[in-house]
Amino acid sequence: MKWLGLIATAFTGILLLSATPYFPSFGDPNSPANAGVNGGVSVSQYYITETYTDTKVPNIVTAVLADYRGYDTMFETVVIFAAGVAIFAILRSFGGTTIPSHPTAIDTSVEGDHQRIIIGMTCKLIIPVIQLFALYVVAHGHHSPGGGFQGGVILGASFILMALAKELDTALARFSEKRYLALACVGIFIYSGFGLLCVALERNFLDYGILHRLMPATDEIMARSHSMLGVEVGVAFTVTAIMFAIYANLSSKGRLEQGF
Amino acid sequence: MIVSFDLVILVFLIITAAISLRVRDLLSAAMILGVYSFLICLLWAEMGAVDVAFTEAAVGAGVSTVFMIATIYHTRRRSSD
Repeated sequence: MKWLGLIATAFTGILLLSATPYFPSFGDPNSPANAGVNGGVSVSQYYITETYTDTKVPNIVTAVLADYRGYDTMFETVVIFAAGVAIFAILRSFGGTTIPSHPTAIDTSVEGDHQRIIIGMTCKLIIPVIQLFALYVVAHGHHSPGGGFQGGVILGASFILMALAKELDTALARFSEKRYLALACVGIFIYSGFGLLCVALERNFLDYGILHRLMPATDEIMARSHSMLGVEVGVAFTVTAIMFAIYANLSSKGRLEQGF
Repeated sequence: MIVSFDLVILVFLIITAAISLRVRDLLSAAMILGVYSFLICLLWAEMGAVDVAFTEAAVGAGVSTVFMIATIYHTRRRSSD
């Protein structure tokens, strides 16, 4: 069976590698992706030249993700949400007998005390910095590398760090199950809400330009920039909540207690 | 794009991928996969895809390693195959 797998992998690898000589070389200006087909302007060329005049967003990656291909990103967020719900459905166990899966990790010796103080103080100092950085990444996502996914993961990781350094209960006291489930739904609701608002104002779904009617002192172009920030915040909510939910359920076998 | 730098990273990528498959201790395998993610993050940053590199550093090297270690903690540490 192992040999069969090796043969299949080698065959697929050779097939894929044999296609690589036909690829255009890195940064080739005459490749179809850069020069367009049959004289037309290619999509990537359009993004590079027109993104700033269309949306006033310097980071083209975020503009493509949140505006030009907003529909795709919306369902990427739904995929994250579905992953969290699946983990919840499989692992979460309510009530029942609480068998301690492992002896309690609390070490009462003097050395253990020292270690706990050092780790606790270090985390107390750096968790606020991590969270501030995460908020910066979300809020600045359309001007520098970053955005909702990255910022959300960093914000979720700060809560995971809290659970790792102290106890899972310490993190759950700040970010309880009720709250993270609500936050995950609110994130999806914000994103789709932006899309439905556009429909309500008689434009296409997620065509943000029309939202300038609701935002004071903006034109069609700035409305797209601000709406991108709005949907990124929605993505960040969902990703933060789901990352912490997955960790909390994995580390405590779904009991949300005695996790490490 | 610096080709010699790319080559060094690619060689290390293949080495870490092979080690994480061969090693019997699942905890080490998870950590070496974290190293793999960090190396591929370096490669992407060097090729100019900073957004992708950022995501890989946060998700691949950070959170997914923690998820794997949290899972291994509740199973056996040795690989059976």
